[in-house]
Amino acid sequence: MSWPTWLTEIRAGAQSRFDAAGFPTPKLEDWRFTNVAPIARATFHASTNGVSHAAEFKHFFFDHAARFVFVNGHFVPSLSSSQGLPAGVYAGTIQAALRDPAQAKVVEKHLARHAEYKENWQSFVAQNTAQFEDGIFISIPNGVVVEEPISVCFIATGDATAAFARVLVVAGDNSQAAVVETYAGNAATFTNAVTEIVAGANAIVEHYKIQQENAAAFHIGQLTVQQQRDSNVHDHSVSLGGRLVRNDLHFILDGSGAEAQLNGLYITGGEQHVANHSRIDHAQPHCPNRELYKGILTGKSSAVFNGGIIVRQIAQKTDAKQSNKNLLLSDDATINTKPQLEIWADDVKCTHGATIGRLDDEQLFYLRARGIPEEDARGLLTFAFANELLGRMKAPEVRERLEKAVRAKLDSRLGTQDSAREGL
Amino acid sequence: MLEIRNLEARVAGKDILRGIDLTVKAGEVHAIMGPNGSGKSTLAQVLAGRDTYQVTGGTVTYNGHDLLALSPEDRAREGVFLAFQYPVEIPGVGNTYFLRSAVNQIHKHRGEPEVDAVDFLALVRDKMKLLELDESLMTRSVNEGFSGGEKKRNEIFQMAVLEPKLCILDETDSGLDIDALKIVANGVNKLRSKDRAIIVVTHYQRLLNYIVPDFVHVLSAGRIVKSGDKTLAMELEKDGYAGILEEAAEGVGSR
Repeated sequence: MSWPTWLTEIRAGAQSRFDAAGFPTPKLEDWRFTNVAPIARATFHASTNGVSHAAEFKHFFFDHAARFVFVNGHFVPSLSSSQGLPAGVYAGTIQAALRDPAQAKVVEKHLARHAEYKENWQSFVAQNTAQFEDGIFISIPNGVVVEEPISVCFIATGDATAAFARVLVVAGDNSQAAVVETYAGNAATFTNAVTEIVAGANAIVEHYKIQQENAAAFHIGQLTVQQQRDSNVHDHSVSLGGRLVRNDLHFILDGSGAEAQLNGLYITGGEQHVANHSRIDHAQPHCPNRELYKGILTGKSSAVFNGGIIVRQIAQKTDAKQSNKNLLLSDDATINTKPQLEIWADDVKCTHGATIGRLDDEQLFYLRARGIPEEDARGLLTFAFANELLGRMKAPEVRERLEKAVRAKLDSRLGTQDSAREGL
Repeated sequence: MLEIRNLEARVAGKDILRGIDLTVKAGEVHAIMGPNGSGKSTLAQVLAGRDTYQVTGGTVTYNGHDLLALSPEDRAREGVFLAFQYPVEIPGVGNTYFLRSAVNQIHKHRGEPEVDAVDFLALVRDKMKLLELDESLMTRSVNEGFSGGEKKRNEIFQMAVLEPKLCILDETDSGLDIDALKIVANGVNKLRSKDRAIIVVTHYQRLLNYIVPDFVHVLSAGRIVKSGDKTLAMELEKDGYAGILEEAAEGVGSR
């Protein structure tokens, strides 16, 4: 692929940034609890193969609407479809968009302009920016409403494969759309994903990230959301698979009245590690934001929640609420949870809270006293804990799919904890 | 149906039940009254199998089973039902799903087929009318956001749906206004039958105007100190617990 000059320059810069920074180490405060040495030590290769395996992952696809499938970072047209997209909506590969002069202009304006990689702790973003081969570009014109969610499935196959996923969503003023990213795989792969979303004035965007990779896989992801005034972005992040998973979320509320809701669910077992780090930048006044992350941990697994909120001096009347709740279902599971508030304005509402607990004895007894066996009662209460987040998903097909996936994951974790390796 | 012999139980190192003897036959309604801290609720919870209470002595035989050896869920499946004093809210667990699971657990236990969704709905509608509950409660999570009265009525509603053999009502009347009390009592009375026994644990005599008991027992300091028929409840209403307890203490002393 020959990239346009502007992108070639960006990629060269990102490569030198990555070369200088290297992989982050636990010495960096931001990576204290997540050791990526297993990624740094191993050698991962880009792969153009694996497409023949893609059909195995059909159960991860959403069939009813526009769908784009990538295997190891490469687009698979035979499994993709742009059915049902309203006129004017562009959804296609970044490479194709760059060949289309009208789209290329929008891509140039936004691609790699929002996801930051200047700091050492952001070196995975630098690596992705320098090395991604393709990705998806979705552009919703002003005022257009896309009824059905547009889904993108990134599949990683073959041990030691490095897969770079790249997503750019530009939602015009007064537009509305939902985008679902699903990550699946069958081996000890390394996925480095970067998503940039730009929400125009009064735009409504619902974004899902469903991480269901193989139990031996590594997954590092960055989501950067740039919100203009009165835009409303609801993000749902569900981490079920992978051996080592790290999600960084960066929301920039860059216009007054912009609202962000961050919903997250992680269910870990075996020796899985899942870290979620969010940074919400209140750059303008009157921006509400709600964040709820919930974790269910079993086995020897570990999780991290780091919730950053920055309220700039001009961001008066900020209304931010952050909550992280964890169910620890084994003695050996570990959670590190930390709010990180930086408030420079004086007329703001910012609350945060974290809980770590076990199932409620009174609830358990109530269910059992009605004839429900203890194991079932535990399962029911554990699912209910997770279900609060699934209930917030507006797309029924996504919610239903995840209900099944969450139940399956919980069954494998609660039943025989050693089956954690089987993945999903 | 139920034979309690010299039952002793403690919680957090404190003796609460100090030798309860009680025999309940099918078809009977027993009221257990007593002042706060007398052990009424402990008795109800112990019978349902709450493991925060440690049974330290005595036996409980229920339809030939050693009740104390059964798990809470097995007791429920054998037909023991506790209407909770404080029904707990369970966000995220739907009322319909919960109750249908409970019904099917009991059916499974009896070797009966599961109820399908349509039959279940019909059954639920019928019983909701009986308890004058709004059908929208079924689409909510278990007890979540219910008013105090709705929670208590919901307990009796569940009882009506599950059709247990031994019903234990733990202060179901506390905090109810007279209208709600009548609805609850009506629901309970509809369940009275020759095959079913009901134990009504209450602090107040008022409920017994509507659910007329065959026997009334007064519990004090973990023992039944006096038993009688419904007139005992009226006596309590008139003279309060103090008189009865004094009399009982004299009785014990003169023996």
